[in-house]
Amino acid sequence: MSMNNQGRPSSIDKGSAGEAFPASIATISGDRGLDHEEALIFELGHGATGVDLPDVQISEARLGGSRRSGAIGLPGLSEPEVIRHYVRLSRKNYAIDSGLYPLGSCTMKHNPRLNEKMARLPGFGDLHPLAPQSTTQGALEVISALMNWLTTLTGMPAVAMSPKAGAHGELCGLLAIRAAIAARGENRKRILVPESAHGTNPATAAFAGFTVDEVPAKPNGRVDAEALKAKLGPDVAAIMLTNPNTCGLFEGEIVDIAKAVHEAGAYFYCDGANFNAIAGKVRPGDLGIDAMHINLHKTFSTPHGGGGPGAGPVVLSERLAAYAPIPLLVASADGLRLIEDAADAPEGARPFGRMCAFHGQMGMFTRALTYMLSHGRDGVRQASEDAVLSANYILASLKDVMSAPFGDGPCMHEALFDDSFLEGTGVTTLDFAKAMIDEGYHPMTMYFPLVVHGAMLIEPTESESKHSLDRFIHVLHTLATEAKAKKTERFAGAPHLAPRRRLDETAAARKPVLRWKPDPLKAAAE
Amino acid sequence: MRYLPLTTDDRRAMLAKIGAPDVDALFRDVPNSAVVPLSAFNLPDTQGEMEVDRGMSKMAARNVAAGAAPFFCGAGAYKHHVPSAVDHLIQRSEFLTSYTPYQPEIAQGTLQYLFEFQTQVALLTGMEVANASLYDGSTATAEAVLMAQRITKRGKAILSGGLHPHYAETVETVAGLFGPVERTKVTPGSAEDIIALIDEQTACVVVQSPDVFGLIRNLRPIAEAAHAKGALLIAVVTEIVSLGLLEPPGAQGADIVAAEGQSIGNGLNFGGPYVGLFATREKFLRQMPGRLCGETVDAEGRRGFVLTLSTREQHIRREKATSNICTNSGLCTLAFTIHLSLLGEDGLTRLARLNHAKASALADKLAALPGVELVTGAFFNEFTVKLPKAAAPVVDALAKKGVIAGVPASRLLPREKSAEGLLILAATETNTDEDFDALVAALKEAI
Repeated sequence: MSMNNQGRPSSIDKGSAGEAFPASIATISGDRGLDHEEALIFELGHGATGVDLPDVQISEARLGGSRRSGAIGLPGLSEPEVIRHYVRLSRKNYAIDSGLYPLGSCTMKHNPRLNEKMARLPGFGDLHPLAPQSTTQGALEVISALMNWLTTLTGMPAVAMSPKAGAHGELCGLLAIRAAIAARGENRKRILVPESAHGTNPATAAFAGFTVDEVPAKPNGRVDAEALKAKLGPDVAAIMLTNPNTCGLFEGEIVDIAKAVHEAGAYFYCDGANFNAIAGKVRPGDLGIDAMHINLHKTFSTPHGGGGPGAGPVVLSERLAAYAPIPLLVASADGLRLIEDAADAPEGARPFGRMCAFHGQMGMFTRALTYMLSHGRDGVRQASEDAVLSANYILASLKDVMSAPFGDGPCMHEALFDDSFLEGTGVTTLDFAKAMIDEGYHPMTMYFPLVVHGAMLIEPTESESKHSLDRFIHVLHTLATEAKAKKTERFAGAPHLAPRRRLDETAAARKPVLRWKPDPLKAAAE
Repeated sequence: MRYLPLTTDDRRAMLAKIGAPDVDALFRDVPNSAVVPLSAFNLPDTQGEMEVDRGMSKMAARNVAAGAAPFFCGAGAYKHHVPSAVDHLIQRSEFLTSYTPYQPEIAQGTLQYLFEFQTQVALLTGMEVANASLYDGSTATAEAVLMAQRITKRGKAILSGGLHPHYAETVETVAGLFGPVERTKVTPGSAEDIIALIDEQTACVVVQSPDVFGLIRNLRPIAEAAHAKGALLIAVVTEIVSLGLLEPPGAQGADIVAAEGQSIGNGLNFGGPYVGLFATREKFLRQMPGRLCGETVDAEGRRGFVLTLSTREQHIRREKATSNICTNSGLCTLAFTIHLSLLGEDGLTRLARLNHAKASALADKLAALPGVELVTGAFFNEFTVKLPKAAAPVVDALAKKGVIAGVPASRLLPREKSAEGLLILAATETNTDEDFDALVAALKEAI
């Protein structure tokens, strides 16, 4: 029993016990308990400052007549106000640390805090990319060690480290393919992409100057290998295949497909977004792949951070290794050395260009390497197995009430359901997902992949305990059962209990308001 | 393994529910020959936190951190003081371990700070709209050129010789697929005649200010000349703190601003992750790459925020998207926006003035050394000097003495003979008089 500061024990009055605070009664503040409304930082500013800096006067002599004439318009707040603002905002977010985050294809696994600590060691976090290379040998050692992990786990001979995210890695892989084709004096413009692919695949192909040709899926959720082979020809540059694919299934005919692709003179790009299902167990290099990006922020658990930063190193086969972009890392008599100019590349190397300034996402490299060293090869393998086991456990536990279009066999690291179990209930995939929010869960990936109707893609990852999985299964099982029994009140208009109800996305797109602007009336009054 | 909650008993019970004899049965779609034993991987086994910490720390100790020496490197990445509150806040679980805010009802925290970030970037650059970030300044510049090619339906891009060479190479690699990319002559410390190159085929002119040698450029005449030919001006800023003191590109006629935001809120991190800032005029909104956050209302009429105009994006538009970007710089934008909120108008202005004062004082000291010539006349916090001998060996010699003297221009322009004697130095609020004295003394001895 807790005591208040008058020493009186607090207790629950008999009369009020069990009665919910009526939703119709507005609070005076607009806040509701721990759920605080928070104004925009621009509405909170009042000319204070959160830093103490000297007020030095400067001469105009060296500014070339370019001194700013007007004010910028930034709000001024003290440190406690700034901290409160962002802490209050943070509490409106769902996070892995607060609950199971079953977003299929996104791999929301635990983010170990040791990784954060290591990335912040001054020798890594406070290191300039262009400091003399003699003073950055430890950083180059990290990159070299990570390269060794990535090439060993994938069974590929080379890796380009600079791509900044998965889609950037796809671009890097396709540009290497483009360069290899040009070096052969050929002109191949078409890229085959299965219809189940991530949107980034066709977007990247177009971004790299190729045309996109879609390959249909078979009723079993795999790419139609025969249709794919039929599309191969002298103008096909590459295929882009995700494996395990976006239905959470392994493309069993992959070796055969690779052989046909190579015989047609094309290259095999694999989208490595789902490498986390097979890392430490299957080497993509053994399957005939020529290039594959690895999302360090998925498989190797660098945090997603609300949408980045990521990192997308690309492993390359013997046929593509020579075309890796600068910078290149080489061992020399003086230690490790970065080759930053194409003209200095070692013999045989023909870098296609540069993906970005400097050397890639070092802050993500330190985190990923820390993750790998912590897990070890055995832990990486166990993580893949647990991820697959957990997804299959969900599939097995829910397929009696939810419809699993490919539920006859096992899945890999994610379980796919469609909306046929909701037919005739009036409940949509969206309603079902939003009802999960009221139950304290982040929804699964919805309406993707496009090859099934009303898709719901659940990826539990290896980070959930059995207790956590059982609780999640119980909630989804009950939701599905209620929906099918047409007990739909909890679905209509859900979520009811989140910081916001459903938001009007149509209005947001029709008349975009993309920034705060001062209220003209208020500004005039001031 | 400390990160894996399932016990052997759990796994057994789960397999029983699934009806599989063992976990390998779940991998039955993988060709048998493709499943390799653990011994196929010549890699270490699992380690405890203490052992991993020890190994990583040993590698970190082999580097010289910027804060551990008198330090003057810039050229696209800058050492600034980041207030303690920033790193504390971005490590809150709800920010660090959340995904892209696709479910707005439970992601208002991320969405609201993105909306605030977009506003801050628009204000700072003097533009009408900004996106929710790209990877970094160099990729933002490449995206800006692609966007200009789309808008003007022309291919040619003209890059100033003062554009950071890594940025120029990034643009050439990507935008070079869709039209000729021409780089003007490199003229350290002065403006090249870029206007003469603009013609009716030109999609855009790309000018960095302050440029890679630190020179502040006047963008107005270039904007006018570009617009007269129907081309766009892309302004690049690698040191965003400069906009606390200098006229923003938007006020000088820029159509797109691509900038590196690392200086505010983000550490050096050996080159990444950084945060690409991207702003433009409202009329070009629908050609913009990257995520956008917009204001709307919820079912009860309360203000809220959502990702919007996603019909430009890859997950909806696929091969017709304006860019292939998906993941951006989420947490780095948060660091940027928190630091800028702490600074506010007054703090940023003071910070910018302090940076200029420091650099100006250092320039005076170096220019007084015999044989050293100040190449950059108008600068913010970075300038270039010409040494009487090649700069790269001098920098290496000084590094051995514990002074990180700056970036030799030859590291960025190894084929440019005129760059050999040039040293690019940045001075920020983090530099002390003792740093200056150490540099001057060491440099005096080395030349």
